[in-house]
Amino acid sequence: MTLPLGQRAPLLSMNHIEKTFAGNVTALRDMSLNVNEGDFLSLLGPSGCGKSTALRLIAGLSHPTRGRIEWQGGKNKDDLGIVFQEPTLMPWATVAQNVWLPFRLRGTAFDAVKNDIDEILKLVGLESFHDAYPRELSGGMKMRVAIARAMVTKPRLILMDEPFAALDEITRFKLNNDLLALKDAIGCTVIFVTHSVFESVFLSDRIIVMAARPGRVIHEVEVDTPYPRSEAFRTSAEYSAHTRATSDALGEAIGEAA
Amino acid sequence: MSITEHAPIPPQTDTDVVDVEEAARARQDKINGIAKWTLPSLMMALTLLAWHLYVTLNNIPHYVLPGPLLVGQSIIEDWGLLWPAMQTTGRLTLLALLFAIIGGVALAVAFTQSKWAEMSFFPYAVILQVTPVVAIAPLLQIYVDSAFVAALLCAWIVAFFPILSNTTIGLKSADHNLQDLFTIYGASRWQRLRYLSAPSALPYFLAGLRIAGGLALIGAVVAEFVIGRAGTGLGLASTLLEASYRFNFGRLYAALILISLMGVMIFAATSLISHLLLRKWHESALKRDT
Ligand SMILES: Nc1ncnc2c1ncn2[C@@H]1O[C@H](COP(=O)(O)OP(=O)(O)OP(=O)(O)O)[C@@H](O)[C@H]1O
Ligand SMILES: [Mg+2]
Repeated sequence: MTLPLGQRAPLLSMNHIEKTFAGNVTALRDMSLNVNEGDFLSLLGPSGCGKSTALRLIAGLSHPTRGRIEWQGGKNKDDLGIVFQEPTLMPWATVAQNVWLPFRLRGTAFDAVKNDIDEILKLVGLESFHDAYPRELSGGMKMRVAIARAMVTKPRLILMDEPFAALDEITRFKLNNDLLALKDAIGCTVIFVTHSVFESVFLSDRIIVMAARPGRVIHEVEVDTPYPRSEAFRTSAEYSAHTRATSDALGEAIGEAA
Repeated sequence: MSITEHAPIPPQTDTDVVDVEEAARARQDKINGIAKWTLPSLMMALTLLAWHLYVTLNNIPHYVLPGPLLVGQSIIEDWGLLWPAMQTTGRLTLLALLFAIIGGVALAVAFTQSKWAEMSFFPYAVILQVTPVVAIAPLLQIYVDSAFVAALLCAWIVAFFPILSNTTIGLKSADHNLQDLFTIYGASRWQRLRYLSAPSALPYFLAGLRIAGGLALIGAVVAEFVIGRAGTGLGLASTLLEASYRFNFGRLYAALILISLMGVMIFAATSLISHLLLRKWHESALKRDT
């Protein structure tokens, strides 16, 4: 489905972005990045290197001090979905109502999108929790609802800020697999922030390694293993080779900051 | 250590599996459920009995402390007088609470929509709150013709602040990531208020309502004490005051008990509303499993 790297149409570009917060904290300096349609792109780097800041800039939640972010064909508010580190569900609303939110804010009635909601809930394996409240769900299930909410409108780009960092390893592996399947089903682009080399190699085809103080891009690693990737990929020689290359790049990023 | 062979575990049937801990908890729940009602009732009966014995055995004159029988008799005999008074106090309290809810919520929404409004008005809300209502009541009596309206204003002033301050905090307490999510989806101000701030504020508002309910009654009683003295008999508190002038201690205690009863009813009603609205999702309304 997704075109191979190098043949994809551009989606957005960050051009020489700088972000300086009050108190002269330069979170990002001269960050340039091209994101293509269909990329699964990970931002990997030590704490404080500006990964979340970059995501917030792309989301339009804050604006660059210098430089521009350009969307191919202009940015539309329906283009985006986002998943945070916490599930960030509305505790007073049921699972289905939570997933309805992006539609609701566009003024679409529940009944009009009932099928879309049922369909995405089935894809994340929560069809029987349609009317449950968030408090009745486990951490992993809540995260699935958050992912369903981000994907239900089939946006062009989904931003994820360490979505699985608070989950146990078994749940995380399971969600990694499901996320790849979902991305394939929806056909969107993903920008995924993570601390984990292993997670980034398993999931992405492009890994952007960043360094801190000031936050900047220092490497890009391409993982050309085709999708779908199975559990077997985690134990393959190819996987360990990519992991080593990525670890080295990350080591360099951490070394540079020290 | 070696790996030993296990005998196959016999399949369990659902019917005769009894978890000792769960069974004990179920029993405890049942006992608690009964004790919750019987213990206070028993306490009440014992207190009344002790009160009765104390008064009769010591020959306490009824103008010092009337016995429970005399008070009961007053409630029955003076019902024609007490019931309208109770209605007046009730109407005063509920109207004050209603206006406190309308005013408090409206101002809280205004505060969260415009920080200029908050900066301008919040200090005055505080001043209104910290000034003792007993000190304001006589003034209101001078400026407002109707004793009922003056008393209503007093009760409103006391009940208003907890609603305002709780709702204001509640409206601001919405999760930051959810706020960002609403921004990303281009939510309008109204959508944000309706779908995010208002539900986030609900538990805070309801906590404020429970406080305000009790305060509205206190405000009404204070107002009646101060304003009802001008000869315009108002509600239960005026009746109580008048009974004390006439050394009618049976009626005094009857009025006092009815006031307490109203307070209990208001508390029960606001607690019930709160429980019904929050039981599905809010932590405060959840039964803990363990
Ligand atoms: N609103 C803000 N005001 C001031 N400084 C900020 C703000 N947000 C982020 N920073 C600073 O910008 C830098 C980058 O922060 P950011 O949160 O983007 O890092 P991160 O890579 O996401 O880190 P982590 O992996 O720990 O989440 C940090 O030094 C942080 O202190
Ligand atoms: Mg971060």
